[in-house]
Amino acid sequence: MGLGRIIGNILGRSVDPQKRREKKSFQESLEKNIWGLIVMVAIVVSIGGIVEIVPLFYLDNTIEKLTKEEDSIRPYSALELEGRDVYIREGCYLCHSQMIRPFRDEMERYGHYSLAAESKFDHPFQWGSKRTGPDLARVGGKYSNEWQVQHLRAPRSLVPESVMPDYAFLEGYKLDGALTEKKMRALAMVGVPYSEADFAGAAAGVQDKTEMDALVAYLQVLGTMVKFEPGKDYRE
Amino acid sequence: MVGNAPEHPNYNMAIVKAFAVCAVVYFVVGALVGDLIAWQLSFPSLNVNEYLSFGRLRPLHTNAVIFAFGGCTLMATAFYVVQRTCAVPLWSNKMAWFTFIGWNLIIVSAVISFPMGWTSGKEYAELEWPIDIAIAVVWLSYMFNFIMTIANRKVSHIYVANWFFLGMMIMITYLHVVNSLAIPVTMTKSYSLFSGVHDAMIQWWWGHNAVGFFLTAGFLGIMYYFIPKQADLPIFSYRLSVLHFWALMFGYVWLGAHHLQYTALPDWAGSLGAAVSIAMIIPSWGGAVNGLMTLSGAWHKLRDDYVLRFLVVSLAFYAMSTFEGPVMSLKTVNALSHYTDWTIGHVHSGALGWVVMVSVGAIYHLLTRLWKTEIYSVGLVNTHFWIHTIGTVIYICAMWVSGIMQGLMWRATDDYGNLAYTFAESVVAMHPYYVLRSVGGLLVLIGAGIMLYNVVMTIRTAGQPNAAAARA
Repeated sequence: MGLGRIIGNILGRSVDPQKRREKKSFQESLEKNIWGLIVMVAIVVSIGGIVEIVPLFYLDNTIEKLTKEEDSIRPYSALELEGRDVYIREGCYLCHSQMIRPFRDEMERYGHYSLAAESKFDHPFQWGSKRTGPDLARVGGKYSNEWQVQHLRAPRSLVPESVMPDYAFLEGYKLDGALTEKKMRALAMVGVPYSEADFAGAAAGVQDKTEMDALVAYLQVLGTMVKFEPGKDYRE
Repeated sequence: MVGNAPEHPNYNMAIVKAFAVCAVVYFVVGALVGDLIAWQLSFPSLNVNEYLSFGRLRPLHTNAVIFAFGGCTLMATAFYVVQRTCAVPLWSNKMAWFTFIGWNLIIVSAVISFPMGWTSGKEYAELEWPIDIAIAVVWLSYMFNFIMTIANRKVSHIYVANWFFLGMMIMITYLHVVNSLAIPVTMTKSYSLFSGVHDAMIQWWWGHNAVGFFLTAGFLGIMYYFIPKQADLPIFSYRLSVLHFWALMFGYVWLGAHHLQYTALPDWAGSLGAAVSIAMIIPSWGGAVNGLMTLSGAWHKLRDDYVLRFLVVSLAFYAMSTFEGPVMSLKTVNALSHYTDWTIGHVHSGALGWVVMVSVGAIYHLLTRLWKTEIYSVGLVNTHFWIHTIGTVIYICAMWVSGIMQGLMWRATDDYGNLAYTFAESVVAMHPYYVLRSVGGLLVLIGAGIMLYNVVMTIRTAGQPNAAAARA
């Protein structure tokens, strides 16, 4: 079926005087015209997404404005970045959220509610959708490195009730510094402000480190980059 | 319109057969992985090694059931329905086989990818960028063939089932392309183009519409053809189907934001998503009523037509979960239900109750038409129906109880305003329900196994003379 006939099909009905005289509903004309139906559906299904997504990119208050004292949000270091990739690879986000909601119980249990600014360098975001385990948005600094390593090796040795898998195997994998630099360069291309110095230092930053070291470094930085002012409303 | 199309000698039914058989095989595989990870949550020592740990197998389960089982079902039924209702063979047989081989290769690559940990880390879209590109190409071949077949049709009107299939194909193309945009690092690693709050909104725009279009609109296409066919009655209301279609196309797209209420997504977006979610009860129930009322005056058919039972009960679950969904999107309910097992239960009432049941009904129906025979064992269809229904109900109830309990335990405080429970205490409280859920899943898996056996035996005995008589 040629392009001519396709265009003819779209136009045909409206220019044919015989058919123009018939009173047809718009719906009925669509049911007889696949090209018209495609165009209508393509328009109708795009509206919701455009209205909800596009404004987020240009509305100023989508990401909170922080003062200089509050804001020490920075891109992840080489080791933290590798740790984050382990976190993604192992599917941690399937059981742990990183998004504290502004409820009394959540702030009591996990700390200050999360800000959009805190995940602005997260490609992809790791807010999660399920808490089979606790939220990790502010787990950084809550436990010692030794606790984290032991907990990852054998979760039930520290938390008998836990249903988390063992991640002892992470200690057996060394990190590849060349790859770390490539990752940083890729992230820089999508807007994460890494500098030439970061690229140059990537390999040294992960040298002789294991995936376990990296994951712990990542967990220890989570939620520690904003110094919250008590009582301030960060969500207008 | 249904039924008026004359039998056409050139219909490509081989492709429908191939996709239908694959769908049943992937149903067994998807249910198997799903039940395994359910047992892992009940007994964590079942996480035997890094390749078979929960975090890596969970994407395998979701992708296997949605895209392998669901995808093959949609491809089998869309290619069948479009030929029958347009009274022409597929536009291109070669392209149809390209779609078949391509889709299956993508499924095989997923089976390798996920245990290896090659994931983009976006829920329900975890496959890495080379596979994402392959999905886009194969998906477009499916859509193009479908559209060109309609363009070639010998009947004047496009049947309603095809509208739904078409809407699903167009929206999934948008969603897949935008949500998968990423910057590659290696063949097995990439980073999403978007970050933080923007990535979250785009991800859930995808996530909820994978449900709304892939698992709802597409399967409504199945409903609008197979229920009237199996019941041998016309669809109840043409007007209702027009309303159902356009309201669904327009409305579903907005719902993703309700997954992000009270998060760092600006409040206006989440509230908008919730408002439209509530309005969606109307078209959803309109559609369910349309399917159910098709049987008005012929309810007695349910007494001995087990295939029809699957199709009709699927609509009951569709109505139930399209009511539950809007309720869960209400802010006060969402505050409790979000992050809990209630969400998992809701998804499975839609998936096991609606999607699987309507698919299974359609595939049993196809079995008799494609191989021109009777089903090997009608008794086993009935067994499958009951075992699947019971398994699904156990699953959903277990997750309702555990989900609401989790939500309440997390927010409970004692007389002094301190949190009443540690998180670990809530984990312990879930254990019996996780075991119960695994048992429900096991029943579903056994049902799937029974279906596979029945399908294989039907095909094996199809060519034999007096096969039907011998079974009687």
